[in-house]
Amino acid sequence: MSEFKIAHRENDTINILELKGYLDAHTAPKLEEAFQSLMSTRRFNIVVNCRELSYISSAGLGVFMAFIEDIRKNNGDIKLSNMSPKVYNVFDLLGFPLLYEIVPDESEAVKKFSGKAK
Amino acid sequence: MAVKAQTLTVESRTERLIAVREFVSAAAKEFGFSDDEVSKITLAVDEACTNIIKHAYKYDPGKTIVVTVRGGNGSFEIAIMDTGADFNPTAVPSPDMKEYLSHYRRGGLGMYLMKSLMDKVEYKIQPGQRNEVRLTKYLHR
Repeated sequence: MSEFKIAHRENDTINILELKGYLDAHTAPKLEEAFQSLMSTRRFNIVVNCRELSYISSAGLGVFMAFIEDIRKNNGDIKLSNMSPKVYNVFDLLGFPLLYEIVPDESEAVKKFSGKAK
Repeated sequence: MAVKAQTLTVESRTERLIAVREFVSAAAKEFGFSDDEVSKITLAVDEACTNIIKHAYKYDPGKTIVVTVRGGNGSFEIAIMDTGADFNPTAVPSPDMKEYLSHYRRGGLGMYLMKSLMDKVEYKIQPGQRNEVRLTKYLHR
């Protein structure tokens, strides 16, 4: 079943992950693999575009928690964009906006990396 | 609007979460909740089932989870039953979110979310026999 998909794009030194569908305990390992693969090739500037993300549970949120520390240690970051109000509510309920930059639009997230070395 | 009791039994596998969500969201919608409330109820039930798959059954796919929904008198209730490892719900600390986030901890968010999303969360643990978590949401509140 393909209830969750990830598309990966690169924009100069920024890696964009586009999430689509339902991110739950079943599909979270897919996102984990995507982050793992970026980390192993030392790509630490990551924008996660949530425009087509319909659903997230704590298993999905846990993936962001699992990687953010290592990514920031390597001078990178995970920035999130284009979240629907429904998905944003779940992030907000757990206080994630204190920890992650969540912006309305992908280009804005990309811009936040500019002027920063790879 | 009353919703008569309906039960869904699923295997303890994460790929079955989607079926549980569809089952619960249809019943919650029928009971008269707004889309926003339907989403909250559905997420709370997903968290309860995910906890059972991970902790009570430790990913044993041969076990089953029984989800029963019923609604009446403005109160919508979901009972989720398993026969896996018991636990003491009062021994699971509510995470201090500030501390939690500052240490980048992972997991343990499910119970916190359930309590935040629902009006009432009750556990009935019969050690060695069955565990039940009962989630309640009130209409117009």
